[in-house]
Amino acid sequence: MTGWTRYIGHIVLVAVGLAAPFLFPNHQSQMAELWLFIVFALTWDLLGGQMGYNSFGNVVFIGVGMYTCALVQVGLIYSISDYNAARGGGGTVFTFDYTQYLEGLAVGLPAGAITGALAAIILGNFVLGMRGQYFAICTLGLGVAAAEIANGWEWIGAGSGMTAPNAPAEIDDISRFYYFFAFVLAIVTFVAITWLLRTRFGLAVNAIRDDEDKAEAMGLPTKRIKVIAWTISGLFLGIAGGILGNVKRFIDPIDVAFSGSTIGVWMVLMAILGGKGTLWGPVIGAIVFQITKELFWTYLLGWQRVALGLMIVLIVVFFPEGILGWVRERFPQLFGRRVQSRAEEGR
Amino acid sequence: MLDNISILIAAPTITLDLVINGLLIGALFALTAYGMALVWGVMRIINVAQGEFVILGGYMTYALTTAGLPPLLTIPCAAAITFALGYVLHYAVITRIVDRDLFVSVLATFGISIVIQQLLNTVFGGDVRVVDAGLGTQFFMGGLIAVSEIKIAAFLLVCVLALVLVLFLKRSRLGQAIRATAQNPRAARVLGIDTNRVYAMTFALNAAICGACGSLVAMAYTIHPYIGLPYTIRSFMIVVVAGLGNLPGVVAAGLGLGAAENIAGFVLGTQFQLAFVFSLLVVVLVWRNWRLSRKRQYLK
Repeated sequence: MTGWTRYIGHIVLVAVGLAAPFLFPNHQSQMAELWLFIVFALTWDLLGGQMGYNSFGNVVFIGVGMYTCALVQVGLIYSISDYNAARGGGGTVFTFDYTQYLEGLAVGLPAGAITGALAAIILGNFVLGMRGQYFAICTLGLGVAAAEIANGWEWIGAGSGMTAPNAPAEIDDISRFYYFFAFVLAIVTFVAITWLLRTRFGLAVNAIRDDEDKAEAMGLPTKRIKVIAWTISGLFLGIAGGILGNVKRFIDPIDVAFSGSTIGVWMVLMAILGGKGTLWGPVIGAIVFQITKELFWTYLLGWQRVALGLMIVLIVVFFPEGILGWVRERFPQLFGRRVQSRAEEGR
Repeated sequence: MLDNISILIAAPTITLDLVINGLLIGALFALTAYGMALVWGVMRIINVAQGEFVILGGYMTYALTTAGLPPLLTIPCAAAITFALGYVLHYAVITRIVDRDLFVSVLATFGISIVIQQLLNTVFGGDVRVVDAGLGTQFFMGGLIAVSEIKIAAFLLVCVLALVLVLFLKRSRLGQAIRATAQNPRAARVLGIDTNRVYAMTFALNAAICGACGSLVAMAYTIHPYIGLPYTIRSFMIVVVAGLGNLPGVVAAGLGLGAAENIAGFVLGTQFQLAFVFSLLVVVLVWRNWRLSRKRQYLK
């Protein structure tokens, strides 16, 4: 594929993304969630697929971004402790007018990005020295620890959670409003990661996956590269968390913000389902996963979470190469010479 | 928080009470950790579904006592049920991931744990359950230290179980086969040991241990569909601290963790007790890895 035809996939995706909320107005929030899932899968794959560091703890950054964004949105105008104390229909009603709301978002989302990235820098310096399964379980512990701390912290609402600010009347379709936020974020993330993987940094990241000791012996500052890669994940996940909090409207510390057993596993599953270590894999995986999940939710009332757990086991055990990996094995000519030679190396 | 610490210093009986209760539950942690170390050492699999087996055993006890069985009789039943489940799970899933990457086993058993917890949630509902074993409470030192009898009974039963398990591994043919496979699976195969069967028995045995622990948890403490993961994390932490195949270390780490957790729950407030457990896991791993990194090594 040469010239502009290389970008057919991109063009189709952008066109579908722009048209979708007008074609299916009833599914806007699910589709907004889908774009966020694409961000989750892509940023997970930057570490899990490209660098070989399988993290279960990326939910930390989602949760940190989500809380920061909501706290900034509220805190710019009201006292946070009053706001959280009044939940469940207290005396005061907290309203936000149009400019206040937009200002809150304009400050809140970047703040979420910054705290997400900061969390990644701080945690990464401690945790990224570990490898393999120790890293995986340590990050799993990080995610749950963060959830439990948020669950006990009274100032941010503790176990009863926190509601995102009510949107003013000027925004008539709130889910369409956030759909476009999520859409733009997904596009930006995809472009950023595509670009990143083409630079020397991308090569370094892949070198760490292939043999970290050798990469270090060749003079790569592996620790710094690992932390930077996690920070980039944290940055995008922080913004995505801020958007997700506003899409979900209610921030529960364990089930929404730091949901290690749902989103934390789903992002791994999406990346593996689509094909670990490929650029389009996470995108395809997220789309297939979100559709399957919504079908489960519609048709398997009460058993959907059991079915999702079974799906994890089945995919991990029987289909570990993912959709793109399978296609690549069956039709290597579609991927040209470069990919074929990577397949020969045993990935 | 500082107030709570000064209470502990001013009233040593409260500290003693916390430590004793902590040691009693610590024995349960140690036994589940020993099961995890067994599977890890023999099969090279980190079983993240460990805690779910525990909770499943607890729910089996709950279901059987509701059906009219005396609580103490349900312990072998729960162990038998989880043993069967472990056996089936091994041939359905685990046997396919035995020689794959350790991360695959983490993810696959994580999937199994989600299936189990969601099944429990769907079948038994999300309420906190407790089984009344019909035992009273013992008071020591003039009523200052209260320990419920079922916790003492659970502690003793755990000791007996551990002893039986150790003797089984040391003396029986199957136990010897398990240890041989742990040392060198290829040599074990050459010598005529059916390693696949050994793997199946190890995994099922671990599940049975967890099931028995779980039914004690249901009687002495509480169960809930979603509290399996803390048990997994505790086991993992104990194994990381003690190392594989180090029984005294596992016992010491388990008892220590139980006591530390209870004191932390008192000092920080019970809402932060689980946060303490999970943060402790991160701290333990980071600390151990940091010690190794000074020798240019890492946790393997």
